[in-house]
Amino acid sequence: MQDNIVVKKSMINKNTFQKILALGALIILTAAFSIASPNFASKNNIVSILLATAVNGVLAIGVTFVIITGGIDLSIGTSMTFASVMIGVAVTFLGLPVWVGVMVGLAAGAMVGFVSGVCVSKLKLPPFIATLGMMMITKGLSLIISGTKPIYFLDAPVFSKISTGELLGIPFAVYIMFGVALIAHIILNKTILGRYTFAIGSNEEATRLSGINVDKWKIAIYILNGVFVGLAGVLMASRLNSAHPALGQGYELDAIAAVVIGGTSMSGGKGTIAGTLIGAFIMSVLINGLRMLSVPQEWQTVVTGIIVIVAVFSDIVRRKKASRV
Amino acid sequence: MGESIVVMKEIEKRFPGVHALNQCQIELKTGEVHALVGENGAGKSTLMKVLTGVFKKDSGTILYRGREVEILNPKMAQDLGICIIHQELNLMPDLTIAENIFIGRETRKIVRCFLNDEIINRESKKILETMNVKLDVKTKVENLTVAQQQMIEIAKALSFNSKVLIMDEPTAALTESEIKELFRIIKDLKAKGVSIVYISHRMGELKQICDRVTVMRDGKYIATRDLKQVTIGDIIHMMVGREIYGSEIQKPYKGNNQVILKVKNLNRKKLIKNVSFELRKGEILGFAGLMGAGRTEVARAVFGADKKDSGKIYLNGKEVEINSPQNAVKHGIGYLSEDRKQYGVILGLDVETNTVMADWGNYLKKFGWVNKDKVCKNAKKQIDLLKIKTPSEKQLLLNLSGGNQQKVVIGKWLTRQCDILIFDEPTRGIDVGAKSEIYKLLNYLSKQGKSIIVISSELPEILRLSHRIVVMCEGRKTGELSIENASQHKIMELATSKS
Repeated sequence: MQDNIVVKKSMINKNTFQKILALGALIILTAAFSIASPNFASKNNIVSILLATAVNGVLAIGVTFVIITGGIDLSIGTSMTFASVMIGVAVTFLGLPVWVGVMVGLAAGAMVGFVSGVCVSKLKLPPFIATLGMMMITKGLSLIISGTKPIYFLDAPVFSKISTGELLGIPFAVYIMFGVALIAHIILNKTILGRYTFAIGSNEEATRLSGINVDKWKIAIYILNGVFVGLAGVLMASRLNSAHPALGQGYELDAIAAVVIGGTSMSGGKGTIAGTLIGAFIMSVLINGLRMLSVPQEWQTVVTGIIVIVAVFSDIVRRKKASRV
Repeated sequence: MGESIVVMKEIEKRFPGVHALNQCQIELKTGEVHALVGENGAGKSTLMKVLTGVFKKDSGTILYRGREVEILNPKMAQDLGICIIHQELNLMPDLTIAENIFIGRETRKIVRCFLNDEIINRESKKILETMNVKLDVKTKVENLTVAQQQMIEIAKALSFNSKVLIMDEPTAALTESEIKELFRIIKDLKAKGVSIVYISHRMGELKQICDRVTVMRDGKYIATRDLKQVTIGDIIHMMVGREIYGSEIQKPYKGNNQVILKVKNLNRKKLIKNVSFELRKGEILGFAGLMGAGRTEVARAVFGADKKDSGKIYLNGKEVEINSPQNAVKHGIGYLSEDRKQYGVILGLDVETNTVMADWGNYLKKFGWVNKDKVCKNAKKQIDLLKIKTPSEKQLLLNLSGGNQQKVVIGKWLTRQCDILIFDEPTRGIDVGAKSEIYKLLNYLSKQGKSIIVISSELPEILRLSHRIVVMCEGRKTGELSIENASQHKIMELATSKS
């Protein structure tokens, strides 16, 4: 027993390794693009990268919670659209104040999260299938409710300021994203919800046997994710000053890619908000940079796919090394 | 040892088609270590699950400290002070030690949703100190050894102020020195008045650590005895209703000395250091050693499952290069993993499909159609030969007992006509009755001219099976004994000699 007491410190470092790797990749990418394209590092471009990250970043932060529990949410892209359509209904159709519209958006997201959570926990559906269903449902509902036409927020000019209003030359949406990241970080690391998020992802059965109502907490986590989705819907609609019912699909994949690049394990139990944020930035820097270098959009998508595979592969290699010690 | 703390009487439990507990009883006294034994399926776990509220009893009474109690769920059992430590540890590897111990009982700050980990860290540290376990409570559990994780489970149970602790096969995955440590903790707990139910297949341990033993068979209570007044033989007799265990040892090797397999200077990282040995025709070669001695690693390297750094392998005098399991199988080497369910059988498939799994090529007709008749005939042959207990060759593996699953794995390699069979812990998780059948089978195979390597952590098993014994310690071969001059004592000495 005596000689077993030594716990390998090196392994703990390996867990932070991925984060450093991701951050390093972000810095190298930024440096490389700055050299290759003189306009890349301009203030305007940096602001546009930050702004482009906001929606994906908020979505990715939300879904990080779900992925840490070992689940997945494919509905976040279309749920975001659903939320923005509901804002449109509240603000434009019903003429309610903007703040009520925002609340409606958050509530719509939370509602979808609640349904997904119930399907996953109470009905025992695999998260992949449950949220695939929710993806289709929310997509259909958005089209039905909006009458398949975009809803414009022409009567409420304040609404568009949520995203595009500026402070010190930086759009509000960017501040919101960083604020959300900070809140999410605190929830994940300092609260009971965060502790159970890790516990469920780490060993769901053991968590259940410890007398924890796993179903309840899972639903709570999906609702939390839904609130972030709703917020992304607010940012999206406000930035476009309209709710486009046909938009949204595909956003879930970008968000999940950002989470994975950020080092969160798809098998659950491991992940950080900082990592997810870095992952989201890697994706938008990459896309922006490639656009600056006039790489066609089709190829941008191909490169993003390669990055996802490389990121997951590096995670697997790292895991193997850790288990071999 | 004081008065009764738990009394279970006339416990009945039926599952669809199974009478799992039939008028079962057990009485546990304060501060005793009470062994609960029985073959697999005897109802030990079911009885304990009734006590811990996992299953609801159909009828019967449970007295706790003289009062009748209804235990409806695990939480109620916990509140009463009854805790179970499962064979599969129930920890969350991504959380720290303290977080695991206090999962579900986190201490909060004034704003209730925020955690206050200082208190649970301090309390966990206190508990570990009383157990004399030196670990940092902020270590993540994934970085601990199995033995350390078990200590954490015990610490968790103690944090509930448990008066009754149930341990299900606690030593199954521990090394000798870790077992000693566990026994020290059990003795400490006992001295503090904690009562322990100790479920184990390892008869040798009972005498060391337990005061009394209750034997179960087929869901029925058989007897409770003072361990000082019974022999292991008696207990086994009660378990199976017939004498089978004893202290038999293998007879000397009587083959023709033809060397079938020769391994020379095998090396792999720090795991295998310069290991050489020979295996003769019709011989059973035992590999003894403590857990982590490198026995499985040697087997896997010989089988081509792991890459070796250096070393030579000769088959029938000719040097061969084995660099993948496919390659090894081609050379007639079969490997029966210790983790049967993960590597040995496909639980969702039937017996006949499993038996031809390693030899599909010979069971196909033209254009790749399966030759069903031939597959079925082979399965029937193996079922007869190995005495596999199954209603038919179409039975799914998951419906067979552990012992019979193991026989199907053997049947698989016999179908492939392997001449060298490597058994890694062939009787792990198999009950005593099925064990002796596996022993008979191995002897039969060796008489048929098969050469067999057996890796086992149970010394009686090694002595009972092997013609010759290779002892390993920390990656090195520390000795080789023929059965004539082997004894548990000698093997243990070699297994702990570090050089």
